[in-house]
Amino acid sequence: MTFAEGDNRVRKLGFFLVLATLSLLAACGGGGGNSIGTVTAVSVSCSPSTITSGQTSQCSATVTGTGNFVSTVTWSASAGSISASGVLTAPVVSTSLVDTVTATSVQNSGVSGTASVTINPQSAGANVAPIIVDSGPDPTNIITTNVPFVTVTICVPGTTQCQTIDHVTVDTGSSGFRVVSSVLSIPLPAEDLSGGNPLYECTVFLDGFVWGSVATANITVAGETASNVPVQIMIPSSTSPAPPSSCSSQTTGPNEGGSVDAFGANAIIGVGLFMQDCGPGCTNLGNNSPPDVYYACPSSGCNPTFVTTAQQVPNPVGLFAVDNTGVLIQLPSVPDGGSPTVNGSLIFGIGTESNNGLGSAVVYQVPDTGNNAGNFITTYSGTQYPQSFVDSGSNGYFFLDSAITGIPTCTGNLPANTWYCPTTSPDNLTATNQGENASGSGVGSAVPVNFSIENTNTLFSTDNTAFSTLSGPIAPTCGSGSNPACAFDWGLSFFYGKKVFTGLENVGNPVGPYFAY
Amino acid sequence: MKSLTCFRLRSASGLGSLLALFLLLLPFNAWAALGDNAASVLTDQARMKGTLSSIDNRTYVLHEITMVSGAKVREYVTPGGAVFGVAWEGQFLPDLELLLGAYYQQAQQAAAEQAASTQTQQGGVPVRRARGPMVIEMPGLVLVQTGHMRSFHGVAYVPQLVPQGVQASDVR
Repeated sequence: MTFAEGDNRVRKLGFFLVLATLSLLAACGGGGGNSIGTVTAVSVSCSPSTITSGQTSQCSATVTGTGNFVSTVTWSASAGSISASGVLTAPVVSTSLVDTVTATSVQNSGVSGTASVTINPQSAGANVAPIIVDSGPDPTNIITTNVPFVTVTICVPGTTQCQTIDHVTVDTGSSGFRVVSSVLSIPLPAEDLSGGNPLYECTVFLDGFVWGSVATANITVAGETASNVPVQIMIPSSTSPAPPSSCSSQTTGPNEGGSVDAFGANAIIGVGLFMQDCGPGCTNLGNNSPPDVYYACPSSGCNPTFVTTAQQVPNPVGLFAVDNTGVLIQLPSVPDGGSPTVNGSLIFGIGTESNNGLGSAVVYQVPDTGNNAGNFITTYSGTQYPQSFVDSGSNGYFFLDSAITGIPTCTGNLPANTWYCPTTSPDNLTATNQGENASGSGVGSAVPVNFSIENTNTLFSTDNTAFSTLSGPIAPTCGSGSNPACAFDWGLSFFYGKKVFTGLENVGNPVGPYFAY
Repeated sequence: MKSLTCFRLRSASGLGSLLALFLLLLPFNAWAALGDNAASVLTDQARMKGTLSSIDNRTYVLHEITMVSGAKVREYVTPGGAVFGVAWEGQFLPDLELLLGAYYQQAQQAAAEQAASTQTQQGGVPVRRARGPMVIEMPGLVLVQTGHMRSFHGVAYVPQLVPQGVQASDVR
């Protein structure tokens, strides 16, 4: 009887096991198991097995066993972090270390396997991109003047399709990577909005605008990489969709992004003060309507749209694994009269490596938000100009006008009134710079800054492309009254013979945004 | 200096207010600001969905429109009711075609000529490409735009319309 009952129980148990197995198979798509199976071993491999600070390695586990065993594992790492899918992100290290990655059987936590990943510190100089100031990407037609260029490699994410682009303008006055469409030779995937509509962007610069789609790329400069980054592909106005009038009417200037000659570069890398080009202003903060910056472009036409900060074109520096606190631009001195070419460095990170410490540089804090975002106070001849800024994308010193400075503008072949031609050349000038808070008041000391300018007609009569003394007027209307609203634009002339730091917002020590030199 | 609401403007008489209301009721119209009459300020305010404050400065009336983003547009009006200058500041630029009215095309053409002179090879000789602030000075229009991404500033005025006793530099 006992036997019979037992026999009966075994049969019932077997029946339930079959049911349980079937239901597990159904639930797990055939990959499941049950308590009958046994996990015997877990083996782990990671590729690549040697990485540098902040880089990633994909680890995979092979679980062996008998019967219907559970093949899933949990991940852990002795250093850095590892995702549920086995992607190891290395910590930032100053000396090499061996990271032990462990995969533990979910079914039997007593069975696990390990693999080693060697993490090396970033090699010296991996954060240095050579800068050249030269005549630009198309010198037979256009000679660029005082433009710092670097070489950038972009790739289609997840592939080995890459393109190396030279003559990419380094711009501390903007954020984001933008490439002239005719230069692009790899199929960057479009960044579509959630409804499937293509995302386009209207970007306004000082003297015009650029228009084009937003796509995704991996961006590598020197040894630094930012992955899956939204970038802008700049198209001519003749390419569909044409720029909407709400885009072009924000400036009286032309579409500057339609060709290499119009843009004066193959691409631009904005390494300015801000993490994104637009930031919170383009996200839906309860505003009535989205600003005319990002556009959804279904076939019926383009209309402004809100986007999240993650959808916006970002400053790639902020997305580097390391050296992501800002940039240092280091250019040698240039003699009066200029130089044919200049070689310097775009160094990533501030205070992150032995080559990018602030040292004795003075920090000029600037507001993060408001109508004076990114500006500090320049005082010239006793008058404060609280909308002043440092901008490697401006070609020279741009300030005030002849009525205030007494310095005549150039006549002749140059576009009228756009450059200074001092009668005493070089003309030695002095001003002070001081940090600024959100309400426009000074922060820190006002520190004197000396600069010299020369006759632009004389400078441009040479074959030189790098000038520490190039200058022009900005504003014929500012400079009197109790609240002058005008700027000193400390363009590339200012950078020669200095270390100029641009500190990214919300990161670093001190916390950005700031300029320092 | 005293602060006035938009319907108590010196230049906005009862008839002017009626005209302004009428203009606001139009779904789309050709009115614009620079060189235009004071009523166009209200059109601009409506289009920009901004709030308006006005100051009677005796020699001119200053209307300041503040948009939701915090960006500002200032319009300067003569005692006779003509807009002689406009200024703008903020992260986002205003619709300059609206703000400059009939002067927009002139400014656009001048900017295009300036750009062409530095973007097109002339007689086999390469030209110098330059980037910096936008400065346009013509006999009938002065326009300046400066700043950088996140913070733009600009002014435009018609020298011939600037009232006696007012400095062009008051437009800012």
